[in-house]
Order: sequence, then structure tokens, then C-alpha cells
Amino acid sequence: MNDTSTAKTGLQSEAGAAMKQNRTAEGTVGEVYVDDPRMTCRNVDVYYGEKQAIFDVSLDVGKNQVISMIGPSGCGKSTFLRCLNRMNDTIDICRVTGQIKMDGQDIYDGGLDVVPLRASVGMVFQKPNPFPKSIYDNIAYGPRIHGLCDDKQHLDSIVEKSLQRAGLWEEVKDRLDQPGTGLSGGQQQRLCIARAIAVSPEVILMDEPCSALDPIATAKIEELIDELRENFTIAIVTHSMQQAARVSQRTAYFHLGKLIEVGETDQIFTSPRHKLTEDYITGRFG
Amino acid sequence: MNNQQQHQKTMERVQQGLDRRYRKERHFRWLGLGAIILGLLFVSFLFITIISNGYTAFQQTYVKLDVFYDPEMIAPIGETDPEVLSRANYGGLIKASMRQMFPEVTNRREKKVLYGLISTGASYELRNAVMSNPALIGSKAEVWVVADDDVDMLIKGHIDLRLPESDRRIKDNQLGWIHLLQEQDRIEKRFNTTFFTAGDSREPELSGIKGAIAGSFFTLLICLTIAFPVGVAAAVYLEEFAPKNRWTDLIEVNINNLAAVPSIVFGLLGLAVFINFFGLPRSVPLVGGLVLALMTLPTIIIASRAALKSVPPSIREAALGIGASPMQTITHHVLPLALPGMLTGTIIGMAQALGETAPLLMIGMVAFIVDVPGSVMDPSAVLPVQIYLWADSPERAFVERTSAAIMVLLAFLISMNLLAVWLRKKFERRW
Repeated sequence: MNDTSTAKTGLQSEAGAAMKQNRTAEGTVGEVYVDDPRMTCRNVDVYYGEKQAIFDVSLDVGKNQVISMIGPSGCGKSTFLRCLNRMNDTIDICRVTGQIKMDGQDIYDGGLDVVPLRASVGMVFQKPNPFPKSIYDNIAYGPRIHGLCDDKQHLDSIVEKSLQRAGLWEEVKDRLDQPGTGLSGGQQQRLCIARAIAVSPEVILMDEPCSALDPIATAKIEELIDELRENFTIAIVTHSMQQAARVSQRTAYFHLGKLIEVGETDQIFTSPRHKLTEDYITGRFG
Repeated sequence: MNNQQQHQKTMERVQQGLDRRYRKERHFRWLGLGAIILGLLFVSFLFITIISNGYTAFQQTYVKLDVFYDPEMIAPIGETDPEVLSRANYGGLIKASMRQMFPEVTNRREKKVLYGLISTGASYELRNAVMSNPALIGSKAEVWVVADDDVDMLIKGHIDLRLPESDRRIKDNQLGWIHLLQEQDRIEKRFNTTFFTAGDSREPELSGIKGAIAGSFFTLLICLTIAFPVGVAAAVYLEEFAPKNRWTDLIEVNINNLAAVPSIVFGLLGLAVFINFFGLPRSVPLVGGLVLALMTLPTIIIASRAALKSVPPSIREAALGIGASPMQTITHHVLPLALPGMLTGTIIGMAQALGETAPLLMIGMVAFIVDVPGSVMDPSAVLPVQIYLWADSPERAFVERTSAAIMVLLAFLISMNLLAVWLRKKFERRW
């Protein structure tokens, strides 16, 4: 408890000195709100037991946009991302307060079921995690459990379309019955993306999707993210600032559990308003 | 310069110490190697004693008799009524055949000794032959019948002929007859099928382990059908659903403790609960299986929980992430991945149960039972208890049968463990 409060005061004095413009939300510099939001988060706090991991974050995720979340390790960006589809529910001691709405519906409302929420907010993880099943079954699993397919033909077409959208169809169309775990790392990650889009979600969350991949596979995934933006809203957590700059329209900078600055990606990387953001993107720490 | 000197000094020190370090490593390696060699020595010693003691039990001495199926002693030719056929005096046929072979034996007492060369079970063989083929009556045939266990021991060289006659089970006159039989090629060792097709018996040459194997099978069947589902369900609940609080901690500690409780305590529990309270019969595989299920449950729960824990969380996240419910995540992904580990634990638990004796003594499975059990409600013995019973018997022929039964038990145990290894190898997955 003690060190968080000292961190807070330290941050405030730094923030006060570095602030160049008025704040739109408490503690955050830049445009937190967008005109056409898919998801809106207001005053979100996250606690792991006694320890607070996220402090009063408010942020909008715009429709058909890619928003990237950057920041040093342990800054809470992954924790925040996992709030958006309630993946934090799986951790017993995790507690979320505040309001997160998707298309006007509060996702932490007691009446809302997580199953349909996760069907509409898909997730891609840091480490490619295909099921130890065939490529076909990996993609077909989501549509099957949600009852999205009428018959085998329909399911086949969903699988084909998802793999095509993930840019994997040409590489695997002849070996759909082979295990998904036998693919290369980059292919596995695209398989996971295809698995996520097979249930036609509205939002896709990506938690450092390229951190386990080589540059060529990374380039393919980035290309894919750009194409997916047409149909999906994407929130991506990344350690690579170049990646954030390449794939996203908006960027949010997190520091020690606080959302420091949000803005258009170009603006964040060319003229950050907050001292901490500037220090981070110029490589002074992190 | 100073720095270089310092470095030189450091290297000297390191060099000095190197020898000692490597020596320690060598000693450690020798110690480990020694321990393994010692272990292997003990195991091979165990196997050598058991096999050298037991392999002779798989052979049995037979004697060839010229039997005349005398219609006067059995029934008139043409008789087929099994009632009549089964009541006939087949022992008399054998005695007649023996008398005919050794006409010089006339003394009443000597005759009795002569008849003792043939097992009492031989008359049942003749009866079975006649009952399955009544046309034999009136004919003559050469029949191989089981020799008495003392003759068997003599032929196998287990009787020391240097001992004075009074200390020997085989007397001098019997020796003479046996030599005569051998000269006429009337004595032969054959594969001992009785050992695998009969239940227990007071006569070693008529005893077998089929009853014990069937008893063990039924007991394990009950044990598996109860312990596996209950154990897996308990493990899944504790690992996947139960909140982590003081109560579940307490339960976990208790399960771990139960795994270390002496098995005879479970026997006492079974006696008190299943037999005295629920009034189930004694000596039956049903109760034995229930007791062994209680005993194996902790093993299965612990192994299953370990298997569930070893399923990587990324698989759970992947399933939850596309909207599978917790139940679907478990049944579609976690359980299939954990199943090999669970099965391995279960088979090891079953192997443990197969070799368990103490709790079964408490619930009366130590009784002398001749019949091969046909269901879980028939009184029966199990393999380890059969070994215990035979080891207690005074006849020399039971010594080799004890070892042979141990070999059979070990064969079952080893094959169960191999099955567990094979399952683990076959379903091992990488991710």
C-alpha cells in the first residue's frame, strides 16, 4: 500500500510539470473519448487481492479501429485488455470496479453472461495456443459450441472463410486434418486469429500477439491486423513501439497502472504531450 | 599490472580447487551408480529365488495306468444316466489297475501305500471321461493320471534320499515301485494345466490359482468401477471448481494423509461399515472391492489432480477466450489432455490394490475356498491372499506353488505397469 501511494505522488508531480494541455479525464492526457465507440470504459479499477493493478482508467475503443496499448512491463496494459472480455474472471482474487460498456451494455452487469460476451469479444494470446486437435477442429470449435453452423457444408465454409481471412488458407488447405500444433509459430498464431474470427466477434483483443514470433511472421500478422480492421474492432497490447506505430490508429500509453496518455498514433509518436510518454517512446526507460 | 596479478592469483586458486571439485563429482556419481547396482542386485536376487523355486510348479508328474472301465464297477454297458454314472466307484478302477500292475503287493497296509502313489483327484478324471463318453464302459484304455504330490516332489528332486526312511515322505517300497514305473516309461512330467484351471485344494497336485485370479478380477472390477469415477470427479471438482479456501485446504491435507494410512485400517473400516453395518456377506469380492476402492481413492485423486494441473493454462484460456463455458472447457479440452495421466495413476493404484493383502484379511477373504467364484457375491480368495495361504501350508509341493503364484502375480503387476507406461507414451501430447 505504501509504495503505491509514493508512486502516485511522484507521478503527480512529474505529470504536473509535464502537462502541456488540459486533461479530458482525470489523470489522463489526450482524447479519451471518440465519436463512435464500440466499447467505453469509465473509471476502471482492478485489484489483485489487496494490490491495485489499474487506477481509474477511462478509455473508448472506436469502431473499426485498431487501438494499441503500450507501456513498460507490469504497467497493467494486459490486465486492462483482459478486463474487456472478462478473462480476469478466471483469476480468483481479481476484482474489477468501474464501468465497461460494449454497444451500451454494461459487460460487468450481473445479468450478463460471459459466454456470449466472449463470443463477441474474441482474444488472441501472447503465446500461440492452438488446441492439440486438427487445424479444421481448431477453427470449427467455436462455431460448434455456439451452434453457429447448420450443417457440415456450412461449417466447412466458415472454416475456409476464417482461414482465408487470417491469410492461412493457401498454406494449410491440403492438410486441414493435421494437428494445429504441428504448424510453425507464425502459422499457429494466424490459426489462433482464424479461430477467434470464426465466431464473427465484434472486437478482437490481442495480447502481444507477435512477441513469440520472428520478424517475417510478425510482418504477416501486422498486415493481417490491418486487413481485419475493415470488419473488426481491434485492441492490441504490444511491447514494440514500431508495431504500435505501424498497425494502430490510436495509441494508449500506460504507466504503473495508470493511463497516462491517449491519442492518434501519429500524434503520440511525433509529439507526445506527457513527459512520461515522451521518455518512453524516445527510449529513456522501459 | 595489478589487475593481471590479481587474475593470476585467482586462476591459481581455481586450479587448486578443481581437483577437489571433480573428485566430489566422481564420488557422487559412484555413489549413485552403486545404489542402482545394489537395487538391481536385490531385484535380480528376488527374481532368481522366486523363479528357481517356482518354475517346477508349472510341470506336474503324471502316471500312465491301464484302466479297464469295468461295467461291474461303473454301470452296465449302455447306461447313460449321469446320476448313475457320477455315483460309480472310479477310485476302485484305479486301485484295480494298480493291483494288476503290482500283483506281488498283497498286504493290506502295503496296498494302501501303493494306492497313495496316485492322487485322489485321479478318480475324478476317470469319472469326467466316462460321463462325457459313456461308450468307454467295458473298454480298456491307457490313461495318464495325476501322481500324488509326494511322487511329484521325488521326481522333481525335492526329496533328499540320503535321509533315513522314517524321515522321508516317500518310503523305500514306494521308491521301488516308482523305479519300476519309470523303467516302463509310465512316469512323465507334463505341463501343469490344473494350476491354471482349478481353485484351491488341500491336495497340492489338485490346487490351482484360477479361483484366486477370478477373485482378484472381480475385486478389481468393483474397485475400478467405484474408485475411478469418484476419484476423477473429486479431482475435477477440487482442481477446477472448488474455491480455494480453508475448507478445501483441509480436504486436500486429509486426502494426502489418507494415501499414507496403513491399509489394514481400511480393512477394519470395511469390516465395521460394509459387513457389520450394511450386513454384506463376508469373503466376497464386492466387499473386497469396496475396501480397496477406499484405499485407492486417494492415489487416484492425487494423480488426477496432478494430471489436471499439468494441462497448460493456455489451453484453458484459448477455450474460454472463444466463449466455451467452464464445463465445456473441462470436458472438451482439459479432461482429454489429463486423461492419460489419470489412467496412469489409476492403473498404478489398481496394481497396488491387486497386491494388497492386509485389508482383505480383515473382511474374511482369507477363507479356504475351493470353488472358482462366478460373480462378485461368491466367496473367493485373491492372488496375494492365496499366496499367503499356500506359504502357510506344510506340504513341500505348496512351496513351489507359492513361488509360482507369486510369479503369476508379478506378471500381472508388471503387465499393468507396462500398460500404464504405454498409455502415457501413446497419449503424451506436446504443445
